[in-house]
Amino acid sequence: MTAVLVLVERGGPGGSPVRKPSLELLTIARRIGEPAAVVCGPIDEATVDFLAGYGATAVYSADSPDLDEYLVVPKVEVLAEAVRQAAPAAVLVTSNPEGKDVAARLAVRLNSGIITDATDVAAGPDGPVVTQSVFAGGWTVRSRIRRGTPVITVRPNAARPERVADPVQPAVQPLAIELSDRARGARVVNRTPRASTGRPDLADAAIIVTGGRGVGAPEAFEVIERLADALGAAVGATRAVTDLSWRPHEMQIGQTGKTVAPQLYVAAGVSGAIQHLAGMQGSRTIVAVNKDPKAPIFEYADFGVVGDLHKVLPALINEIEKRKG
Amino acid sequence: MKIVVLVKHVPEPTAAWRFADDLTLDRSAVEGRLSQLDEYAVEQAVRLGEAGVPVEITCLTMGPAPAADALRKALAMGGDRGVHVLDDALPGSDVLATSLVLAKAVQRIGFDLVVCGMASTDAEMSVVPAMVADRLGVPQASNAAELGTDGTTLTVRRETDSATEEIAVTLPAVVSVTDQSGEPRYPAFKAIMAARKKPVQTWSLADLGIDAADVGLAASATVVEDTQPRPPRAAGTVIVDDGDAAGRLAEYLATASFL
Ligand SMILES: Cc1cc2nc3c(=O)[nH]c(=O)nc-3n(C[C@H](O)[C@H](O)[C@H](O)COP(=O)(O)OP(=O)(O)OC[C@H]3O[C@@H](n4cnc5c(N)ncnc54)[C@H](O)[C@@H]3O)c2cc1C
Ligand SMILES: Nc1ncnc2c1ncn2[C@@H]1O[C@H](COP(=O)(O)O)[C@@H](O)[C@H]1O
Repeated sequence: MTAVLVLVERGGPGGSPVRKPSLELLTIARRIGEPAAVVCGPIDEATVDFLAGYGATAVYSADSPDLDEYLVVPKVEVLAEAVRQAAPAAVLVTSNPEGKDVAARLAVRLNSGIITDATDVAAGPDGPVVTQSVFAGGWTVRSRIRRGTPVITVRPNAARPERVADPVQPAVQPLAIELSDRARGARVVNRTPRASTGRPDLADAAIIVTGGRGVGAPEAFEVIERLADALGAAVGATRAVTDLSWRPHEMQIGQTGKTVAPQLYVAAGVSGAIQHLAGMQGSRTIVAVNKDPKAPIFEYADFGVVGDLHKVLPALINEIEKRKG
Repeated sequence: MKIVVLVKHVPEPTAAWRFADDLTLDRSAVEGRLSQLDEYAVEQAVRLGEAGVPVEITCLTMGPAPAADALRKALAMGGDRGVHVLDDALPGSDVLATSLVLAKAVQRIGFDLVVCGMASTDAEMSVVPAMVADRLGVPQASNAAELGTDGTTLTVRRETDSATEEIAVTLPAVVSVTDQSGEPRYPAFKAIMAARKKPVQTWSLADLGIDAADVGLAASATVVEDTQPRPPRAAGTVIVDDGDAAGRLAEYLATASFL
């Protein structure tokens, strides 16, 4: 069977050696071939075993401080070399800003077709068939790549990570890369990590509670966070909220923020503008609290409450605490 | 400093979009406009000039005839001149072809810096900037929230999922900017009138030395198998709060096993 290359992102929450979206990619890769993990940075036996547990049958490893210090191009050179060696059926990369940059440059170098933001990937008679959600989530499109090595970026949550029953011991293939000066053109001068909120990641949270402009003030946003904590949820915001600097941009959901698809999405004080809907329409269950019965969000809500969020949410938090006993 | 801003003409986001018979977006069916996200790119280019570096700003678009309107808007915001790549062979081009055409046009214009939007509001792939950079053989930084330059290096601040990054990019380079980079100006009437007199060149594929067989739907490396409207959501329950809404909502969440 042919290999399917998966670009692995290191370091997940809770000390996992690999981020969850990469495990999703390994799971998806098994549908179209034999997953081969491409790992940038130092690799140890535990990580190799972990990757094998999710189906990796080969591991390509490239280690150099340059991979962290310079943007994108070093990773592209690693992947291009892995493609040369493995002649894969496809290359899978997580659909996030860095992943897309890497995939885009790789596609140019391979002169290969690229499909981004896949919500599903399946095997087909003429190569992988990729599902996307387009036009602000209003349409589903299935397409495939007919030239070169398919390069596909896949959204987080497109699959549930599954372990394999009997992992094989993957061969670890070190990739020596010679970086050109060209690869060192964009250098990270400073990286200030943000303090963790202790809440689940928006990208893979099962429940998200989002507050909009209707929350009214930055201090008042606390009620959104309290509800999120009661539900064990991640916290989201609309662009109105991030533009007003009530909350930081990394919490923004929508066209120019994150695309999410949790099991449950609770929107409070959110009108439901098309650019916001574009980022959350794929949610399984949508609950809306808004005082305006005509707010467009109600057209998407499975359960809507017309009311003041500052009355409804505190009472809801009480109800939840009561039920938890 | 020679800056090229890539601007795209896109369908109005609030209009109802549909597919044409060839399964591409039917652009003739809806009003078009300069992509809102590319307004941020024009704005940043103009601000770099205002910050003291002498700049010459060329706005570049590839698109059908009405795309000229997007170009005029970009010129009204402060671009100095426009280039419109227009050719009957282009419709249906995929990102590989689009990036090829844009890179060739950028090369012909000459550049120190190419500024792009973070995504086109129709295709939303966010790949054209990296692809153009790779074809030009230059570095690139995506999703800048803040730009600065001394003429040889571009400094970029950007917010990733987990960190704030400061990046130094050696020029010539490509950068894309987010909608956090600063609100685009609204051109005054005088600027709109002045933009009508700014030079706009229209280039064909032949002008760029590109073979028509390398672009358009037939050359696309991807093919759409089928398209389907999202099934309408089953109408939900909407209740009006009379003091008991929280209890009913909790009941709903419990029944759906979220509690
Ligand atoms: C290019 C572009 C990109 C964009 N990208 C994004 C994006 O990524 N994400 C995004 O979210 N937006 C985005 N937007 C902005 C979007 O168009 C909307 O402006 C934004 O989503 C509105 O946020 P909101 O719902 O919080 O605010 P509003 O639209 O102002 O809605 C506030 C709502 O709160 C309700 N309300 C007020 N008080 C209460 C109360 N006490 N209790 C209950 N309800 C109350 C009101 O009835 C109203 O419906 C983008 C716009 C553009 C042009
Ligand atoms: N046809 C086009 N003409 C000019 N610029 C474009 C075109 N397509 C994409 N771009 C630029 O590339 C950016 C990202 O586009 P995309 O990769 O399509 O999301 C846009 O914000 C524009 O700056």
